[in-house]
Amino acid sequence: MNEQLRLTIDDREITAQANQTILEVARENEIPIPTLCFLEGLSGAGSCRLCLVEVRGVPRFLSSCVTRVSEGMNVTTDSPKLASYRRMILELLLAERNHICAFCVSSGNCELQDLAQELGVTHVNYPYRFPSYDVDASHERFVYDPNRCVMCTRCARACGEVEGAHTWDVMGRGVHSFMITDLNQAWGDSSTCTSCGKCVQACPTGALAEKGRSTGEMKRSAGFLSKLSSMRNCGR
Amino acid sequence: MSKTITIDPVTRIEGHSKITIHLNDEGEVEDARFHVTQFRGFEKFTEGRPFYEMPSITARICGICPVSHLLASAKACDELLAVRIPPAAERLRRVLHMGQTIQSHALSFFHLSAPDILLGMDADPARRHILGLAESHPEIARDGVWLRMFGQQIIEWLAGKRVHPAWAVPGGVSSPLTADARDRILEMIPRGFDIAQRAIDLFRSAIDQFQKEIDVFANFPTHFLSLTTREGGLELYDGNLRVTDPQRRVVADQLDPSCYDEHIGEAVEPWTYLKMPYYKPLGYPGGIYRVGPLARLNNADRCGTPRADEALEDFRKLANGAVLSSFHYHYARLVEIVFALEQVEKLLNDPDSLNPRVRADAGPNRQEGIGVAEAPRGTLIHHYRINDEGLITWANLIIATGHNNLAMNRGIVQTAKAFVNGSRLTEGSLNRVEAVIRCYDPCLSCSTHALGQMALRIQLLDTRGRVIDEKCRD
Repeated sequence: MNEQLRLTIDDREITAQANQTILEVARENEIPIPTLCFLEGLSGAGSCRLCLVEVRGVPRFLSSCVTRVSEGMNVTTDSPKLASYRRMILELLLAERNHICAFCVSSGNCELQDLAQELGVTHVNYPYRFPSYDVDASHERFVYDPNRCVMCTRCARACGEVEGAHTWDVMGRGVHSFMITDLNQAWGDSSTCTSCGKCVQACPTGALAEKGRSTGEMKRSAGFLSKLSSMRNCGR
Repeated sequence: MSKTITIDPVTRIEGHSKITIHLNDEGEVEDARFHVTQFRGFEKFTEGRPFYEMPSITARICGICPVSHLLASAKACDELLAVRIPPAAERLRRVLHMGQTIQSHALSFFHLSAPDILLGMDADPARRHILGLAESHPEIARDGVWLRMFGQQIIEWLAGKRVHPAWAVPGGVSSPLTADARDRILEMIPRGFDIAQRAIDLFRSAIDQFQKEIDVFANFPTHFLSLTTREGGLELYDGNLRVTDPQRRVVADQLDPSCYDEHIGEAVEPWTYLKMPYYKPLGYPGGIYRVGPLARLNNADRCGTPRADEALEDFRKLANGAVLSSFHYHYARLVEIVFALEQVEKLLNDPDSLNPRVRADAGPNRQEGIGVAEAPRGTLIHHYRINDEGLITWANLIIATGHNNLAMNRGIVQTAKAFVNGSRLTEGSLNRVEAVIRCYDPCLSCSTHALGQMALRIQLLDTRGRVIDEKCRD
């Protein structure tokens, strides 16, 4: 039995278990915190930084998806400064690759698009990089367009943690980091990919999609990942 | 001393252009050029994209006729899939296409050109527009706005949104038509017929006042190119290519649209971003031809629907052979509106229009696909090549306005010679030179697949290329 503790989130006194993250507790109590790299059923990565929160007494913002709660913690999930940081993060993501909704398979079902609308990103104040990455359409059923990737690594975690294949991983560093299959081989040539499609369901944008889908037709459902994850953990 | 007059930008057209009029030492018009000053590069940046994205990408070429690009592209993609789309899908695509033809023709006639026709070529430019028309002829302006709304409404009820819908997809369409939407469209058709008939009556009553314009607005012999049905009837969505001569004699018929490059060449001139297509058997620039409503009516033996055939009969009386004056593009547009309304009525009254089977599923089965349709402004060709994985390796788009480029250029020379004298530009002469371009309802954003601002400039240049007079509109 986990130890019970008390904390405050947005001036509300809340009881939580010691092994929970701030994000989990906030969501249980219907306190919204925006996320992008977080996906129920997968480990936390803390890479997108959209779920940043302020914790009294801590001089920097913390990612709520990977920060555990502690006794007496006082958390603020929304403030003008947090909002401006979150908008800045989204603007940087939008400027980094080519996120053009007009003909994207995920338009209307895209977490990046939803976040931009929710958080009021009307303009991007950074110069666009306009990278020109090749689309990998070598897989029989799926297509990978790195131009639409936000490097959330949800595909890699779904593949490694739930499917156990670990086909996806990250290559390179910083702005040059890149999702690859196997040892940077064409996806269609991967010897580890089981073609299960969990990565496609986990992708928040149009980077991974089923082939042949037209604009706005890629509808995802990643809810099954948390169920599969719990089943796997029960067996251990 | 010879001079050049420049009209920059050209107004009430879709896109950005300028016109230069070159005068000789005696101050007479020697030559004139229509410069398209925008460039976009869709053929290049679509390389590497999955082919099934092409309908949505190329639809963004234009905000007026996205449906034409969507359909020509979807047809090219059908070829790549190597499938025959379900009959209901073709039926619905045709309805969508007719919706767009109605809205685009209504825009061209009522919003862009009716101010010239009803208020006069020499009217004050501050009032010579749709709002001026709404003041002086409120009923006509209202008719135009309603008719365009109706066309757009058809598109929205079928495809989900009015501009840039993504509903036509490789293999068919993404969703079937609902009975409710069908009924709503059918209810509105009678008012559409009334408006179209009023517009035809109005145009016919105005013809006499524009005899000089009719005589010199790109009124010269050219060939005409368009799709026709297998029986030679008017066709806007599918069919084969037909070429006729100025006497309306068929010189080539039932040409497979996928062999377009055997018949059409594309020349490039250094002073414009718009290529100059020509009919190959006659060479360049002798192979000048026109496309669009005028060409379609000259080429078709019949419309195939009763009201439009009646209107076509009157249209034929304008000339012995082909109707050659580009001024009559306006008239042809009105006849086509009637045809489009009848087509929508006929297509939707068939119970198959509600058939839920509207999409064929397949992967890429061919490496080359060509889709041809008659956009409101003329024959539109999308031609793609893909690799084994379905990624575009090469694309070529030939757009209606491009086909008319040679004819537009020759048209402004003819009009400038008739209306421009000496080195001074009058408002009326300037507007007539623009109006000849407006006859073609050119869409420059489409034809260069380009980016940029909109409008027209006219420059008067001397023999050394120095600008001696200039009029500019934005």
